[in-house]
Amino acid sequence: MTQLNSKIPQGPLAEKWTSYKTHQKLVNPANKRKLDIIVVGTGLAGAAAAASFGEMGFNVKVLCISDSPRRAHSIAAQGGINAAKNYPNDGDSVYRLFYDTIKGGDYRAREANVYRLAEVANSIIDQCVAQGVPFAREYSGYLDNRSFGGAQVSRTFYARGQTGQQLLLGAYSALSKEIGRGHVELFHRREMLDVVIIDGRARGVIARNLVTGELERYAAHAVVLATGGYGNVYFLSTNAMNSNGSAAWRAHRKGAMFANPAFVQIHPTCIPVHGDYQSKLTLMSESLRNDGRIWVPKKKEDAEKIRKGQLKPTQLGEEDRDYYLERRYPAFGNLVPRDVASRAAKERCDAGFGVGTTGLAVYLDFADAIKRLGKHVIEARYGNLFQMYEKIVDDNPYEMPMMIYPAVHYTMGGLWVDYELQTTIPGLFAAGEANFSDHGANRLGASALMQGLADGYFVLPYTIQNYLGDQISVARFKTTAPEFDEAEKNIRGQIDRLMGINGKRSVDSFHRQLGHIMWDMVGMGRNAEGLKKAVTAIQELRKEFWKDVKVTGKKDNVNNELEKALRLMDFLELGELMARDALHREESCGGHFREEHQTQDGEAKRNDDDFKYVGVWEYKGENQEPTMHVEPLNYEFIEVKTRNYKE
Amino acid sequence: MSKSVIMLSSLTKKFLMAFAGLFLVMFLPVHLGINLFILPLTENHVEIFKEAVHFMTTNPLIKVMEIVLFSALFLHMIFGVILWFENRQARPVGYKVSQKSKVYSPASRFMIHTGIMVLLFLVLHFVNFYFVKLGLTSAPAGLNTPADNHDFYNMALNLFSQPLYSILYVVLICGLGVHLHHAFQSAFQSLGLNHPIYTPVIKGVGLVYSIVITAGFISIPIFFMLQ
Amino acid sequence: MKFTLKIWRQENAKAQGRFETYQLDNISADCSFLEMLDILNEKLVNDNISLPVDTITFDHDCREGICGMCSLYINGRPHGPEQGTTVCQLHMRRFNDGDTITIEPWRAKAFPVIKDLMVDRNAFDKIIQAGGFVSVSTGGVPDANAIPVRKEDADLAMDAAACIGCGACVAACKNASAMLFVSAKVSQFALLPQGKIEAKERVQAMVAKMDELGFGNCTNTYACEAECPKNISVENIARMNREFFFSKLTLAKRESNGGGVG
Repeated sequence: MTQLNSKIPQGPLAEKWTSYKTHQKLVNPANKRKLDIIVVGTGLAGAAAAASFGEMGFNVKVLCISDSPRRAHSIAAQGGINAAKNYPNDGDSVYRLFYDTIKGGDYRAREANVYRLAEVANSIIDQCVAQGVPFAREYSGYLDNRSFGGAQVSRTFYARGQTGQQLLLGAYSALSKEIGRGHVELFHRREMLDVVIIDGRARGVIARNLVTGELERYAAHAVVLATGGYGNVYFLSTNAMNSNGSAAWRAHRKGAMFANPAFVQIHPTCIPVHGDYQSKLTLMSESLRNDGRIWVPKKKEDAEKIRKGQLKPTQLGEEDRDYYLERRYPAFGNLVPRDVASRAAKERCDAGFGVGTTGLAVYLDFADAIKRLGKHVIEARYGNLFQMYEKIVDDNPYEMPMMIYPAVHYTMGGLWVDYELQTTIPGLFAAGEANFSDHGANRLGASALMQGLADGYFVLPYTIQNYLGDQISVARFKTTAPEFDEAEKNIRGQIDRLMGINGKRSVDSFHRQLGHIMWDMVGMGRNAEGLKKAVTAIQELRKEFWKDVKVTGKKDNVNNELEKALRLMDFLELGELMARDALHREESCGGHFREEHQTQDGEAKRNDDDFKYVGVWEYKGENQEPTMHVEPLNYEFIEVKTRNYKE
Repeated sequence: MSKSVIMLSSLTKKFLMAFAGLFLVMFLPVHLGINLFILPLTENHVEIFKEAVHFMTTNPLIKVMEIVLFSALFLHMIFGVILWFENRQARPVGYKVSQKSKVYSPASRFMIHTGIMVLLFLVLHFVNFYFVKLGLTSAPAGLNTPADNHDFYNMALNLFSQPLYSILYVVLICGLGVHLHHAFQSAFQSLGLNHPIYTPVIKGVGLVYSIVITAGFISIPIFFMLQ
Repeated sequence: MKFTLKIWRQENAKAQGRFETYQLDNISADCSFLEMLDILNEKLVNDNISLPVDTITFDHDCREGICGMCSLYINGRPHGPEQGTTVCQLHMRRFNDGDTITIEPWRAKAFPVIKDLMVDRNAFDKIIQAGGFVSVSTGGVPDANAIPVRKEDADLAMDAAACIGCGACVAACKNASAMLFVSAKVSQFALLPQGKIEAKERVQAMVAKMDELGFGNCTNTYACEAECPKNISVENIARMNREFFFSKLTLAKRESNGGGVG
């Protein structure tokens, strides 16, 4: 059994990172030039890491799945990025940000990692401002803040409703600078399909050129995966269409262990599903909960009339409305963490109070805020979001309350990494959403951007040197090594097999079916029976897929169908692992809600005695049961409490 | 030279275009001011016209300005053609369906066409007036004494007595008007002058300017045609 | 709803392209334009189950109007008939039942077609690589609040920075000019104190690269502004012109073309 060594430095919490940096190995400038690093993915984590490596003098190769690094899905993050700058003077501190994040994650994240995240968060804001990121400012010329779920301070920096875009473009410009200077080489429209391991270390990748269909080989001294999350396993999610779990999954198949796959964040404020042709779900920023109030009708008959279109929500008086978040969680109200808000919405809709034609929607109402602040203030704050809502739903949210419903948004689980962000394969690192590290069982709003950039700008540039410190005498690798031949042969075999099936069903039809299984049984509410059913259903679907899928087009040309099929074949395995992980975890924590484990008033019931650990899965071969290892979570510096957003 | 001209930055080319264009824009009202005295605006309009012509053809400062004017014109034309040629190359395969959005200024699409109209006009104008003055072409029949080479008044009367010439004149000047309508505000934009407060004013002035210039010039042949 | 679709099909960059006509029925008005194409692709696969068929390739990713990946020229307009909207945010309710819709790829020398409706917009990346950044390395920067920025400047910079790099400006421009894209980036940095320091070198490097890549010249037609899904203003173009001439007049040391400012 592989020993999981999280390599957490000794010493007091606040000094761990400093102590690590003081004692780590470094690579001198002349030697950096001799070392190659591959970065897969160009979102916040990937672009930031690649740019930083380039600046330091390493030789960097970047693989980007889209036509440009600027398209990465980090761009779609709307709300903001957290940092404990305490500019508003409301009592914030690094410790408080750390504490909120670890509490928000329902005590399933590693203390030392989260503290480091909170510690470097301030530097991120400094860095981004220096890059020319146009954050929102006050008339004084200083930076503005707003509040987000799970916090009682205003610590979120933002750039209108496009914070992710602006931060990504900042990282993209830093990356572009290094490409221009020749330190980084960019390979766009490339999809990584395998990690190449030589003598037990990650030494390269195989990627498919999405334009020519060629399988290409890339060699390096270390490989960084910053390939995002796997939310698209649900088919419908707020993820971009190209977001997929294949890079992480293929690394997993090669020996990198996968942590907490069941921890998925369902975001409470998305535009409800409206038809079976739908390809993706659209998120409405969490920041809307700053001013919007969430409610459903108090009486079932009113809800029914609304569903039938006989009653308008604006016709219901205050006394007939149930502001259920304010009722259940007076202390945090509409700003409870995402998992809590999502579950509460599901609870109301399941109980028959849902609105919209499907009954799977709740209201997010701005009438009070408009009355209090004026329409122009609301427009300045959320104008672009309101416009987006109107375009999709064809309804004016200034006059009618918005309709929202939870949707899959983010995956807290991912490749297991130690304190250095290294996976269980030496030389293979994972950053951003691709790793499992910082968010425990639930991620707080405005923390994903923080983590992606922290990993990329301020963590990996240090820890990767510690790994490369003893690699300076290792000569550049040739891609003619037999390990590359073998890996490429395998991928070629997979592609030929997929294209040769020539079945009767489109790739999407399988994906949609997998999505239904996942959403119904491994979604917001889970139970043992459903999860067991999900495991078998996915296994059957996988068999069916390999018998009856039709992949059209050619393998040596642009072929979206083949791309989708390759990703789906991994999702069909990953989905099963998620169900297994959810099944084994006999407790409710964060985004993982087991219906068997809840309090009388429907709150999640955590089991710290038996499950205060990271569930780390090891791949054992195709159609073999995976093995689970355990990384215990020791909280030395904080007291583990029941999350309480009521008082 | 041609290579170095093409090698200039696209923005420099546009800047020179705009700069030269604005210089030409300043010249037009002067010319129009004189031309209007062909019309019987005052008792002694013929004398005023002739005096102005005399001044314009003999004053040394104007002579210098004439060189500048011709250089500007030449520059404007050369760059206009180079830019047009480059722009055509930037889209080798066109669209099948092309629909212009509402704010798309139609004048801007036809700058090369209206520019050629203006050039045609200038050629005609030079043949009829300027070259006569230089003695390169002969004056119209009945006006062939050397002194008459400067008698632009009678040359004009003679030309405007031909309806075909007048119609051509009106058509080509309308081309100039369309050209000016886009050119005026466009020049400011190319020179980097765009401001939410002042640009609407510039656009307004440009519209008034192009209408006044066009109406002014065409009023002369129309006057003669109506007589 | 029912539609007749005329779609540009082209096997690869070198192949001859042609328009193909497809019929589509039973499309919900709430369906997005790209979902309509998904349905068409699914239909192509299902209708030709035993035939070799190739689905229609088009670029798309986030489907929420921010990544800038989608790029379709619909009925003569980039991103289709709705103002300030990317294709992915365009819904079929904006069309009439029975409409014929012509879909073409972006057309520009600098954006060659890769396949069907997918084009190569790498030229935009190259322009950014030439100078679309602040030359700051990770770490060693002052506190974020050390340099106050006028709110108006920050807002104008944000307006410019909202560009999603989709290329609709190039597609819309009769000259296939990239001025709106380039000027938006030049403006964003020129307006902020952090970017001002190397503004002169930046504008020259970026304009030189833009010229080199074969984009056309700006003739101030403003079709770019009219078609921009993010409503980027042509004021940015004027600002870039201004920045450019000022740098030409005052920059003592001349940079060679495309050398970058790093």
